[in-house]
Amino acid sequence: MTELIEKDTWVEIQNIILPAGERAPQVPDDTQQVPLEMRVKGFLVEPAALGDEVEIVTPVGRRLRGKLVDVNPAYTHQFGAPIPELSVLGREVRTMLRQRGQLK
Amino acid sequence: MIDPISYEALMSQRAEIMKQSVGLDYSQYETGVIAFDYERLLADTGYDVSTACNIQKRTAVGNTPLIELKNITALVRVAAKPGKGARIFVKDEAANPSGSFKDRRASLSVHEAKQKNFTGVVAATSGNYGAAVASQAAKAGLRCIVVQEAFDSQGIAQPEIAEKTRACEGYGAEVIRLSVGPELFYVFLQVLQETGYFNASLYTPYSVLGIETLGYELAVQVQQQCRVFPDVVIATHAGGGNVTGTARGLRKAGANDTRVIAASVDLSGLHMASDHDFNRKSFTTGHTGFSMPFTTWPDRVDVPRNAARALRYMDRFVTITQGEVFYITQILAELEGLQRGPAGNTSLAAAFAIAQELDEDRIIVVQETEYTGAGKHPFSQLNLAKQMGVQVMRGDPKDNQPGQRIVIPEHPSQITVTDVDLDHIRRSYLHHAMESLHEGERLSDIDIDFLAAETRSSKTYVQEVINALH
Ligand SMILES: Cc1ncc(COP(=O)(O)O)c(C=O)c1O
Repeated sequence: MTELIEKDTWVEIQNIILPAGERAPQVPDDTQQVPLEMRVKGFLVEPAALGDEVEIVTPVGRRLRGKLVDVNPAYTHQFGAPIPELSVLGREVRTMLRQRGQLK
Repeated sequence: MIDPISYEALMSQRAEIMKQSVGLDYSQYETGVIAFDYERLLADTGYDVSTACNIQKRTAVGNTPLIELKNITALVRVAAKPGKGARIFVKDEAANPSGSFKDRRASLSVHEAKQKNFTGVVAATSGNYGAAVASQAAKAGLRCIVVQEAFDSQGIAQPEIAEKTRACEGYGAEVIRLSVGPELFYVFLQVLQETGYFNASLYTPYSVLGIETLGYELAVQVQQQCRVFPDVVIATHAGGGNVTGTARGLRKAGANDTRVIAASVDLSGLHMASDHDFNRKSFTTGHTGFSMPFTTWPDRVDVPRNAARALRYMDRFVTITQGEVFYITQILAELEGLQRGPAGNTSLAAAFAIAQELDEDRIIVVQETEYTGAGKHPFSQLNLAKQMGVQVMRGDPKDNQPGQRIVIPEHPSQITVTDVDLDHIRRSYLHHAMESLHEGERLSDIDIDFLAAETRSSKTYVQEVINALH
């Protein structure tokens, strides 16, 4: 049995707004071949399981319906590894300025 | 899912929804088949520079420091011919509450929404403006919805937009995230209609008048610090509000001889509505994907008339490559102790090149910085670029190819700008203007005058170009 997610949990829902092949006429072919998808976060109205069709209340108080796809969704954007092509630049330019007597 | 009937029905109500949601009747400003009274549209709002300043002060917007970048200027002079290398200053707009100059735009929009008794605001934007509106709305006690184009069909979010999602949600806004495509406009209209909220569009008079304070302040600050007005002001250019508002503010301060240069990152070859290209741009604003279409036809927006009309104000328009902006971002941190985001650094990279054309006693102002952080950082963008198969290497910036190869310069002397041919831009604008005419409409003298002002040319020029189009 799948565990139910409690009411009032911060979750994310998903909806397909336009299916593949039915996109606006001006979009390029690659975009035409994929759906227009929407994701919104809010508080779950009734207990439900991932994948269920649910209702949420958004931070402004709107009630929206969609497929439950995530629970307390993480912010995963990050810096990642340093970029070697950039990490050397400070040393390079400080050397140039030193050679010109502009830096100690 | 949208059914075609509701799509048609909503689109046919577009004009009415717009009118309700901005509380402005644009039709009263029409003076010809194309012409409208731009100055009266702006003036009727009642926000002159000092009124705007006072409103902005209440939320700690504006009054940002002007910083001379002496070490960067010294590096310019390493690359420049003897006697060349203008002084570079930057206006540290990252000091605004939500971290960019967009707070100036949002402050007047949200103030106006509050005045007109709206209970909430909606903005269609994937960038800093969303966070700015959300921040201002939080302070004003208004509800806020931000509609973003945020991720591709693989579900990969553009890191900078992911950071904006976090920021907007952090201010208590509802964020509607969409995959790639211009149909975002339909969702936006639907939200406006359903909620009855104020359309805090980037392109209303409020949004542009809010930026006049930036141009005004910087003219006054340079005058105070250096006893002269700046010779050149460079603005990162996308939808055109930045160039328009800054240039207007400069003029209002009396800096009539200051040259205004628009700078954009060159993203030629990448398609703005392409799902495939979405995560191969490495920039989300300040690039040619916006600035070219908007400069050559500003009225492609979510209000009847765009108050941002950049071609009226630019003395010069230049592009710079992706790798050059990343280079300058790193240098700004290491030589000036300022870690700042990509958009402001676009005009800084251009300034680095343009300073080499000018004498040492000349003054260039880069009119903004923006905040930086996870997602909004060269490391985030370049790691994603590599993941998407884009090559990152040192070399000659001339070999930079958007979506294929990002070239970090080997030496500062390789940083150069490419001039956009303004004659070409003007012709393209006039071409769009003629295409916008409906069956049977003919241009009057008022329209020709308007087009001359729009293209910063003359009636003769407009007539000649239009005749050649037939
Ligand atoms: C920090 C920053 N600078 C510059 C711009 C470009 O401004 P505009 O779209 O008004 O040309 C933007 C807008 O996206 C921005 O966020």
